[in-house]
Amino acid sequence: MAPAAACRRVPDLRLRLRDLRAERAALESIAIWLCQFTPSVSLEPPCSVLAEIAGSLRLHGGAARLIGRLRRGLAGLGFEASLAVAPTARAALWTARSGAPTLQQLPLETMGLEPGELEALRDFGVRTLGELLALPRAGLARRIGPAPLARLDQALGMAPEPRLWFAPPERFSARLELPVEVQESEMLQFAAHQLLKRLEGFLAARHAAVRRCTLVLEQGRADALEIGIHLAAPARDAGRMMRVLRERLAAVHLCAPVRAIRLEATDLAGHAGSTTDLFRDPRLGGEQWLQLLERLRARLGETAAHGLEIRPENRPEHAWRSVEPGIARGGVPAGQGSRPLWLLDPPRRLRVAADVPQHHGPLLLLAGPERIQSGWWDGLTVARDYFIARAGNASLTWIYRSSDGWFLHGIFA
Amino acid sequence: MADPSAALDAVLLHHPVWRGGAPAQAGSRGIPTGFCLLDRELPGGGWPAGALTEILCADEGIGELQLVLPALAALTCAGSRVAWLAPPHLPYAPALAAAGVRLEFLTVIRAPGRRDALWAAEQVLRTGACRALLAWLPRASYAELRRLAVAAEAGMAFTALFRPSQAALEPSPAPLRLALESGGDRLTVRILKRRGIPVAQPLDIPIARPVHVLGRTRFPPAAARSPVVRMAAVRSPA
Repeated sequence: MAPAAACRRVPDLRLRLRDLRAERAALESIAIWLCQFTPSVSLEPPCSVLAEIAGSLRLHGGAARLIGRLRRGLAGLGFEASLAVAPTARAALWTARSGAPTLQQLPLETMGLEPGELEALRDFGVRTLGELLALPRAGLARRIGPAPLARLDQALGMAPEPRLWFAPPERFSARLELPVEVQESEMLQFAAHQLLKRLEGFLAARHAAVRRCTLVLEQGRADALEIGIHLAAPARDAGRMMRVLRERLAAVHLCAPVRAIRLEATDLAGHAGSTTDLFRDPRLGGEQWLQLLERLRARLGETAAHGLEIRPENRPEHAWRSVEPGIARGGVPAGQGSRPLWLLDPPRRLRVAADVPQHHGPLLLLAGPERIQSGWWDGLTVARDYFIARAGNASLTWIYRSSDGWFLHGIFA
Repeated sequence: MADPSAALDAVLLHHPVWRGGAPAQAGSRGIPTGFCLLDRELPGGGWPAGALTEILCADEGIGELQLVLPALAALTCAGSRVAWLAPPHLPYAPALAAAGVRLEFLTVIRAPGRRDALWAAEQVLRTGACRALLAWLPRASYAELRRLAVAAEAGMAFTALFRPSQAALEPSPAPLRLALESGGDRLTVRILKRRGIPVAQPLDIPIARPVHVLGRTRFPPAAARSPVVRMAAVRSPA
């Protein structure tokens, strides 16, 4: 029927152009997601995917449980699917396409016969596959030809059916077009969650984990906005990445409406999988600590949470470094004088009155001088005499005198 | 005539009567502070885990961190995590290591604003990933401190909030409040609030100081040749 005629019949009809590439991409994304359940996945364009699950039944607790998981997962990805299980691939394909409860009741239309052959069989009074099988085979071969019979043999398991297996790609890149243009960054959470679920399936299929991925917001004519999701340790859990993304999205201000979002992950790291402990102590919380770090960094900034490390340096401001929490190398160098717990960065210049440095009153020098002269090799030469001094408000301070004058460098808290 | 002391004993034995004079027993054992003078006065025999502790100091540099450092060193050596939130200056790693703190269990968290600091404190406490949290919150309302107290109960961490001494006039939900002042070589600690009967006398805690206040220095006497140190020798109080 021509489009114009169809529009006349149904006034509210909406026409959309068929996008074959997008259909193929969607089919591939389902196949990637299925790869986490079984390594043998095959595409059957335009809209079917076959997965061989005999080897995975035991791991996932039986066929019924696995089918339930598949159904829920596909719904989470945003697809409506009809699922069927059968001993052979072609039988499963036919059953899923037609929705018939058994092979015997399969209508002949799903067998992929030519219209002429279909007409001829209908004249015989044959409507379902069961009735077809009751007919003598030699006569059937003469009437409908060898090809449909070969397909029938494959469906019944009497002939082998080699298939092309699908291999998931090396990098993950998924795009989702939003049904409406989105102005608020919070509304992107649902769509982003779908993409993260697909990433989780991809990572499970490749036995990998990812430490950082990028969500790209396509804003039409404006430049695409990139939001990075950084995790403290390689992980594949979609919920964890969603928590970090939620904090990031809350801070993003959209200047133009977003039409589509894209998720990309390129650096994959091997993931050993976690072993569950028989006597698990709920307070151990190594995983909890990493998630806390991610949340803090997502809201307060990348450098918000850090650990400390000692470096073997004489210059006090270079004798420490901020590192990832949990790593600390280096011991305290021996033979050093006392060091203050607080260091001022940069050192504060002290007012001098009558040759005495002032900080809440005149400073009383109690110990010193400790000469630190170092740094000729990188140009940051220091030549300082350090003293421990008591200020007027009874606090102990670490001050130094250099050619520039008196400075306050630390406080003994 | 009935013996009045026998009647009194019967009342004390059979009826629930609160007797003053004994400090309250805390529900759980506290983390030892490292100073037995302070441990004796704190309910639970140490810093409370799972409740807020407010430490109010008049100035920096009188030894306020030295008060909590022995407990932090013990916790990190046992493998527990410790977090510092919004410190006013840089924590100096060599000094921390010299005091016995294991740096791989120490995390410094910087928050750009007051609300961010309160949020970060609540997150850290609620997850219970750290056994101790030192936070510097100069301004916090009663309601915000109450939220932190609830989070601290969930996470069972030792929480020390360092605040200026003007905060002593404000009400606070923290069950333990200490006010610190410098007392020469020692730190004078007044327990403003604790569970049980209040403490009348301030405590003199012998904290570790780098030098003796009266000017006896640890450095070799060759330094006495420097004119600056001679100035100190003239000025030191008798």
